[in-house]
Amino acid sequence: MDLDVMHEATPQRVTTAPETLDLSRDGAAVWASGLTRSFVSGRGRSAKTVHALSGVDLGIGRGELFGVLGPNGAGKTTTMKILTTLLFPTTGEVRVAGFDAIAKPRDVRRRISLVSGGDNAGYGILTVRESLWMFSQFYGVPSKLARERGEELLDRLGLREKADERVNRLSTGFKQRLNFARGFVSDPAIVFLDEPTLGLDVESARNIRGFLREWMAADRTRTVVLTTHYMAEADELCDRIAIIDRGKILATDTPQGLRARVSADRRVVIELETGTPVDALARVPGVRLLRTTPPGERGTFGVHLAVADGKALRGALDVLGVEGRTIHNLSTHDPSLEDVFVAIVGRGLEEIEADEAKRRAEGA
Amino acid sequence: MNRDRFAEDRLEPLRTNLRAAWARAYVRIFAASREPSWILFETIMPVLGMFAYVYVYRALGAPREFETFVVMGGVMMAYWLAVLWSMGTQWFFEKQEGNLEFYLVAPCSRMAILAGMALGGVVMTSMRAGLSLVAGVLLFRTNLMPGEPWLALGVFLLTLGSLYALGMCLASLFLMYGREVWHVSNALAEPMYLVNGLYFPLKALGPWGFAAISTLPLAIGLDAMRQLVLGPVLARGLLPVGTEVALLAASLPVNLGLAVWLLARSERIGKRTGALILRHQ
Repeated sequence: MDLDVMHEATPQRVTTAPETLDLSRDGAAVWASGLTRSFVSGRGRSAKTVHALSGVDLGIGRGELFGVLGPNGAGKTTTMKILTTLLFPTTGEVRVAGFDAIAKPRDVRRRISLVSGGDNAGYGILTVRESLWMFSQFYGVPSKLARERGEELLDRLGLREKADERVNRLSTGFKQRLNFARGFVSDPAIVFLDEPTLGLDVESARNIRGFLREWMAADRTRTVVLTTHYMAEADELCDRIAIIDRGKILATDTPQGLRARVSADRRVVIELETGTPVDALARVPGVRLLRTTPPGERGTFGVHLAVADGKALRGALDVLGVEGRTIHNLSTHDPSLEDVFVAIVGRGLEEIEADEAKRRAEGA
Repeated sequence: MNRDRFAEDRLEPLRTNLRAAWARAYVRIFAASREPSWILFETIMPVLGMFAYVYVYRALGAPREFETFVVMGGVMMAYWLAVLWSMGTQWFFEKQEGNLEFYLVAPCSRMAILAGMALGGVVMTSMRAGLSLVAGVLLFRTNLMPGEPWLALGVFLLTLGSLYALGMCLASLFLMYGREVWHVSNALAEPMYLVNGLYFPLKALGPWGFAAISTLPLAIGLDAMRQLVLGPVLARGLLPVGTEVALLAASLPVNLGLAVWLLARSERIGKRTGALILRHQ
């Protein structure tokens, strides 16, 4: 099947209104209460305890496409590992598909699959077709059914031309598609996707998002839990989103609901020369200075404002004009998920990750 | 959620585990043979090592049965190396490659995956061992026909079973404590040639021979098979064959039970500490 055609033909998902979802302990697809998780790194006197999760509560309804959005190190992957029975929580209770994930891991595993992002697609010596068959066997899928599902996935994820090629001869993009496909060959009730489009080229990421919508539309009981730090992906795909930072879930709502939490003021981003003082902008009536973004390659930095109306914007521009500042660029938009994230977390994803990268570099 | 789709009868876990074991064995039996270099490194090179010992014994004018010791030891050495490198270290390398997660999140038993590795490993290694056997018979005219072939086959299979169960134990140990896996495996290879008496009769080790035979399935099995081929006198057997068969039969369930326990324990520790999901821990 041509992928673009598939994308266009993607059936519309019928989503369940959040208020009608069963998010009870036994009725939810995923339910977690008071999850904490600490890791000890190092030994002896140099041992340090890292608190990856600090009391996570989750309720994900059956049939939901649920996103967990947060920066690197926020606790997304730790949460996923606990939900998929790979890790014990330090404290807390977790139920998946109605089963206790700590006491009944096999019952959970029969109903779920996990795809971690990246291009790890199993054994390089197998062909793509053989790989899909092999993974299905770990779930006990009869071979005939496994092969049928494998052929369907080859078509739907654009892997048909590579079906008989060895995995170690595939490009990174095709390996990532195969890695993604293997998560669906057992036809699970709940799929956990940990950064599935991380590092993917634009077309492959688009194909994967299209496939996900189609897969969910085909059976309204199917559930997907997706971690991502791509705002646009979460906004486009997810029925509800949990924003996680420093091991805590700070907000859970629909993308629209999250946006409604911040003021309806229009967002204005003004690009100015590095070093320009911007404090005066905060004193303009109807203007709130939200944040600034770090200097870019062009020697400019961004000033993010919430502006009540045109008059307030004119006031802001007048202040800059009076001070003789050069405006390199100006754009406006409605409040986005990024703005919601900043309002809730206090910083933007890019800033958090830039700081993290800087800290790592200093540590190295 | 449609729970019926996931309802299972009592045999479903067994079916799942058999399918999983076969799928894992498939990788080794069919896919591994796609690399032509395998024939050179896995079959021809090890046989050359065996040749060296045969010529040493010939140069020293040792009795002909010593060549039989070498050929039989060379055959069994192939299995030991496979157990060490393709079973013992396998979980560790799967973790490094990021494949371990595939198995841990699947509903099949980890023992089924190890059984698949073992089955695939036995088939592949038997090709290497078979070549050693053919080389021994054709080039050195070694007589390897046992007096009681069915008993010899039984001893051979018991030895393999116990040996691979030992490999399953090592797999869990390496997974949890395997940062120095390369060094440990290398360190385990050469001394094992010695304590298992791969190229000489175990009796030559004196009391150490008894120590080896009481713990190592390879030592027991090799001594028993040599006795079945050469007779107890020429084979310089350490214990009566019947005793050795009983020891092997006892070691198989012990090693298997230990493997199951170690695997469950390593998974439990791994889930508690995070060691199973962090590649470089």
